[in-house]
Amino acid sequence: MAATPIPLEVRDIKKRFGDVEVLKGLSLEAHKGDVITLIGASGSGKSTFLRCMNLLEQPDEGDLLVHGEEIRFKQTRHGREPADWKQVVAMRAKLSMVFQSFNLWAHMTLLENVIEAPVHVLGKSKKEAIEHGRALLERVGLAERADYYPAQMSGGQQQRGAIARALAMDPEVMLFDEPTSALDPELVGDVLKVMRDLAEEGRTMIVVTHEMAFARDVSTQVIYLHQGHVEEAGPPAEVLGNPRSGRLKQFLAPKH
Amino acid sequence: MIDLHGYGPRLLEGALVTIELAVLSLVVAVVLGLLTASAKMSRNWMLHKVATLYTTVIRGVPDLVLMMLMFFGGQIGINMFTDMLYDRFDIDIFINVNEFVAGVITIGLIFGAYMGETFRGAFMAVDNGQIEAGRAYGMSHWLVFRRIRFPLMMRHALPGLSNNWMVLLKTTALVSVIGLSDMVRVASEASKATREPFTFMIIVALIYLLIATFSEWGFARLQKRYDVGFGESH
Amino acid sequence: MEALMNALTELLADNTIFTMKTLGYYGEGLVTTVQLVFLSLIIGLVLAVPLAIGRGSRHAWIKMPIFFFTYVFRGTPLLVQLYLIYYGVVFVDGIQDTWLWLILEKPFVPALIAFTLNTAAYTTEIFRGAIKSTPRGEIEAARAYGMSQRLMMRRIILPSAFRRALPAYGNEVIFMLHASAIASVVTIMDLTGAARFVYARFYAPFEAFLFVAGIYLCLTFAILYFFRYLEKRLLAHLKPANQ
Repeated sequence: MAATPIPLEVRDIKKRFGDVEVLKGLSLEAHKGDVITLIGASGSGKSTFLRCMNLLEQPDEGDLLVHGEEIRFKQTRHGREPADWKQVVAMRAKLSMVFQSFNLWAHMTLLENVIEAPVHVLGKSKKEAIEHGRALLERVGLAERADYYPAQMSGGQQQRGAIARALAMDPEVMLFDEPTSALDPELVGDVLKVMRDLAEEGRTMIVVTHEMAFARDVSTQVIYLHQGHVEEAGPPAEVLGNPRSGRLKQFLAPKH
Repeated sequence: MIDLHGYGPRLLEGALVTIELAVLSLVVAVVLGLLTASAKMSRNWMLHKVATLYTTVIRGVPDLVLMMLMFFGGQIGINMFTDMLYDRFDIDIFINVNEFVAGVITIGLIFGAYMGETFRGAFMAVDNGQIEAGRAYGMSHWLVFRRIRFPLMMRHALPGLSNNWMVLLKTTALVSVIGLSDMVRVASEASKATREPFTFMIIVALIYLLIATFSEWGFARLQKRYDVGFGESH
Repeated sequence: MEALMNALTELLADNTIFTMKTLGYYGEGLVTTVQLVFLSLIIGLVLAVPLAIGRGSRHAWIKMPIFFFTYVFRGTPLLVQLYLIYYGVVFVDGIQDTWLWLILEKPFVPALIAFTLNTAAYTTEIFRGAIKSTPRGEIEAARAYGMSQRLMMRRIILPSAFRRALPAYGNEVIFMLHASAIASVVTIMDLTGAARFVYARFYAPFEAFLFVAGIYLCLTFAILYFFRYLEKRLLAHLKPANQ
């Protein structure tokens, strides 16, 4: 009976690499304004799960619904694949991803990076895209870096630029894949601040992270993954404040 | 002043033939090279096998032998094919192999194999994250290729490409053996007629060096263009 | 097996092109090609070592002529170099009357000279690249132990440079094998020359050239595997241990 469709719904995703089952049936619903953080040790499958959401990895089983529209799959010799790549391309344009290693396009300036997909994927006019792009760069504090190439910027600047690039798509949902893990500690703060602002303005976000303070303060839901299944999930106060499983307790314990 | 015994204009025409032949062959080779590289990276096993066979055979046989096979065998092969068409389907056509076109196709075919290796290596050198970012933003396969994969690949391919071009340029000399009037052919005829081989051969050698030096400069400029965004310090 | 042999004999019996006589041409052509390529490679190699060392000299009067030599010979087609030397010998008046004519009369020697100079130029640059990429630490260590420039070159730099140059030199050997096909242009009966002869005799381009292409392919693979074997033996020390 939902009046408006859910931006992103994932049901019972399974994924194996060779003999190892890395995702053992994971589900998630991202409603408008949700900030869902995925936490867990490395190898828990959290990044793979996120990459299944925009089909950078192909799940072996499970359903994916973007804005109520179900992605169709077909079985091929190489395993399960989307039946209609056009549908996937259109879906991806609604979910923009921020990568751990930024992945800004090295041969384009920062501004060119930001306007690339709006112009060539969404078909916006260049003038409009540049205007919007400059405003977004201003927002993440990089207005004066518009004409720099990625290699000329620090990691923190690159990642804020990558967030501006993601915002330029006006995405329904933003996917963050460990956005601060590749940064020097002193550069993490600026990136997290931008992400907090986005959460506050009501953006729908799914974030894979090791930043527990961010998970606690910002998210509406925390999911703790262990070896490809959900060990605990719920509001941050519950999951992080009062962990029930021994594994999660150990995971949260301060490391010496 | 050097006496060219009236061979000057013909030598110039020959130089033009050399340049045209080289440039057109390069275009064919680049297109074939891109196709070969894609075939070698594809999951389709047949395509992979065919591309591997093509590059292995071409790179294992002398250019001159391939050229003679194409020139002397090409017309007979086409005649056999048109005869077959006539016998079976009553289609009567006659195709005459133009020497210049045959030269372009042969040299293109030879260097397509080398270009294929160059492009394959260059495509594999592109950081996968750059491609993924494109896909994650809803770019179609073709758009990712055109806007991201190709320009990034070119940076890695250019040194090999420039090397292949230099070898290709020199390979065009072989068409003179088969009867095309490139500048080596003209110089060879002039040498025999005037009995002054040094004059003509040295002029031709100088023209080759001139083209090579000019191309080197051009490739350096291209490299600069595709190096944009790389190697600068913060 | 017997059926196969019978089929093969029948096929050969029907064959008017590949008789013992034409196969003999190919055989002689093979010998000529191997001689030409082998001799030019050996002499070229011997020339290239001092040239490569000189190419890195501090003195312009040593460095520049060598650079000029490699630039010209690598920048122009081998065919032009061959014509220059071959026609030069044939057409330049006076040579025919000297003792030189005795050795230059046959096209084999002018071709050998052209091929040798060509491969010497390429090999010089290959070695120079390998010498230049000697790890600095190895040179500093040699200096620290009081080695003279000459001793260091002989004991440290050259042995390691030869090994590093091996893959590129393998390519050069294959390149020379293929390039040697143009010897047929100056009437030498090498492999390609034999194929051209058979083609002209029987007007059978496919048989003549496909057969010779097959022989070249086999030779190429033989060289390839030989160098791969050499690399495995000589470059083993560069691989990580226990693999």
